[in-house]
Amino acid sequence: MEIYINAVLLTLLAVTSCAIIRQRSLFGVVMLAGTYSFLMASVFVVLDAVDVAMTEAAVGAGVSTVIFLIALHLTKSREYPKPRSAVVPLFITLITGFALIWGTSTLPPFGVADAPIHEHTTPHYLDAAREKQIAANVVTAVLADYRSFDTLGETLVVFTAGIGIMMLLRVRRRRGPAGGNEGEPS
Amino acid sequence: MSVFAELIGHYNYFITIFLMMAGLYIVIARGNMIKKLVGLSLFQTSVYLLYVTPGKIAGGTVPIIDPAYSIYSNPLPHVLILTAIVVGIATLALGLALVVRIHEAYGTIEEDEIFARDGEI
Repeated sequence: MEIYINAVLLTLLAVTSCAIIRQRSLFGVVMLAGTYSFLMASVFVVLDAVDVAMTEAAVGAGVSTVIFLIALHLTKSREYPKPRSAVVPLFITLITGFALIWGTSTLPPFGVADAPIHEHTTPHYLDAAREKQIAANVVTAVLADYRSFDTLGETLVVFTAGIGIMMLLRVRRRRGPAGGNEGEPS
Repeated sequence: MSVFAELIGHYNYFITIFLMMAGLYIVIARGNMIKKLVGLSLFQTSVYLLYVTPGKIAGGTVPIIDPAYSIYSNPLPHVLILTAIVVGIATLALGLALVVRIHEAYGTIEEDEIFARDGEI
């Protein structure tokens, strides 16, 4: 049953991505991107990745939509029709797509329990979580108890990005608000 | 039947690749910078799907230990992708800040116009 729910949600994702390509109003594009993120969160729930689904719904559909809307407010909300032809990009994407399909064709099919990914280190983590009673949620156990330094590095990346954004936007404040070209010292 | 089984077994990968190529197409073919960043996040999200898909076991359950269940889906891709989502939003915010700065300096966010103005100077 879940394989069919999964297939329907994935088809909806593909339709949404086509709509994003065709949409010219950037406001519409941002809203469609939010829809896309919520659909992706639903797919993650079907794929048993509830932690990822929650993060995707909060960060992908929530925070990133807000950030996009702020950027639209500060810039323009309309995309110009493009005079350049779409032949070369289509050619590149088709070639890459076929190469990737060829590459993934030998992967084990969806939902198989004896795929190599499930047999190498995963049983160790599951048994450890079961025996040592660190945390019932294995994702939390791995994230906090085994890979804390990963999370530290992640925090560092977010911190660096925050510093970068602050520096970029501080230059703007020194020169006056956006759009005030008349009063700007040359 | 075997063709259908093959198709449904790899459907996740087909859609993942389709989404990836949709993102790549937007990044290459569209000149608007905000649209480019939407395409980039499309690409990024499809990579999340590529990682989470093989972790699923049919009939398995969410990896939260409970005596009532014995088959759990693989939690390790979930851990990796949690990190990737947060890093992705950080880079996206930085990219949008750059777009805002470019808009202030050039008055446009269309790539062609920016190149044209660079040519004038």
